[in-house]
Amino acid sequence: MFHVAPTTRKRKVRIATTSLSGCFGCHMSLLDIDERLLALAEIAEFDRSPITDIKHCGPCDIAIVEGGVCNAENVHVLRELRANAKVLVALGACAVNGGLPAQRNHVDVGECLARVYTHRSEGQAGAVPNDPELPLLLDKVHPINEVVRVDYFVPGCPPSGDAIWKYLTDLIDGRIPRLEHPMLHFD
Amino acid sequence: MTDFETFLLDGRPVRFTRGQTILEAALAAGHYIPNLCHHPEFRPHGSCKLCTVKVNGRLGAACTVKAMPGQEVASDTPELNGTRRVLLQMLFVEGSHFCPGCEKSGACKLQALAYDLEMLTPHFEHFYPSRPIDASHPDVLIDFNRCIMCELCVRASREVDGKNVFALAGRGTASHVVINSASGKLVDTDFALSDKAAHVCPVGAILPKRVGFAVPIGERLYDVDSISTQAEKRVGEEV
Repeated sequence: MFHVAPTTRKRKVRIATTSLSGCFGCHMSLLDIDERLLALAEIAEFDRSPITDIKHCGPCDIAIVEGGVCNAENVHVLRELRANAKVLVALGACAVNGGLPAQRNHVDVGECLARVYTHRSEGQAGAVPNDPELPLLLDKVHPINEVVRVDYFVPGCPPSGDAIWKYLTDLIDGRIPRLEHPMLHFD
Repeated sequence: MTDFETFLLDGRPVRFTRGQTILEAALAAGHYIPNLCHHPEFRPHGSCKLCTVKVNGRLGAACTVKAMPGQEVASDTPELNGTRRVLLQMLFVEGSHFCPGCEKSGACKLQALAYDLEMLTPHFEHFYPSRPIDASHPDVLIDFNRCIMCELCVRASREVDGKNVFALAGRGTASHVVINSASGKLVDTDFALSDKAAHVCPVGAILPKRVGFAVPIGERLYDVDSISTQAEKRVGEEV
């Protein structure tokens, strides 16, 4: 039913996923492939991913990145994935063009933080959080291709489960991945 | 001499009448050539270059080059479509074209072309412009961050409405649309919702207020048929 080319694979395809400055909507959409997850599980295994809770990525075949780059930690995670993955896929609007978080780009980040944390109603003192564990915000939110080389882009907010399945199976089966109308969507 | 003469578009004969441009003749015959600043009711502008074709080996804008008998026109080639995709990418990064946050999504010509030409990424570094939004008018909102400077509103206001509400100002990367009033605000002009200029914007820059989601996402202009499929179905109409 959900056919994946019956090659005689010696080992499973190793996939790492992460959500940088995103909303996890693209990961939700990945789960929207529903029972095809079982077909995927037969040919693929997950490295670092919110699904496995592995914190650092090892060598893998495909890295799927949701979300743009908005802070220093995002940069480190993205570079680690790029260094370990043969193929890196930008999944969803935020990874492809910055998306919703990038809508702050025309606002000064200092003013933005001050507005959120220090302008409080009467009786409430506020300060910009300054814990050393908090990653530093970048002054602008960037699409991931402005930080590392990206092999493939899947736009959409989020891309549908069908679109992700089509793209992923094309990739795994060695076809040139392609999204056409009506699967190709920016919204 | 017959009324119709022909030229070759991607190897197929296309009939035309004298005076028609290559784009007009092609669209009337149901052959789609990507185009963005073209509108059948207005004089050609030739600025977006999306309709660039090769006429007898030379590049030209199909919306401005007149059809001539015996021309050999190439349009749907990997090379030209690749160039068109780059033009789209530059338009996308130059403005703020965040489709999930735009009420024009699904009925936007820029987006429809990007779908049709399978533009998967804007590729270039984004400008993330911070241009003002003019919500002063009671019936129409203008978001200049989405303007692609096709000049359709300028042409419509000047040629149809007779009002000259809009104009292009500045040069090169500094060019932008301005509003012809002392305050620079739309509310201080005689612009009205019934104006042609309020309804020709191919993107989400000029938006009538309070109707943003009257047509739900999924049922919009380009949701069912792609822009090229629609053009191919519209044989014989003025498009």
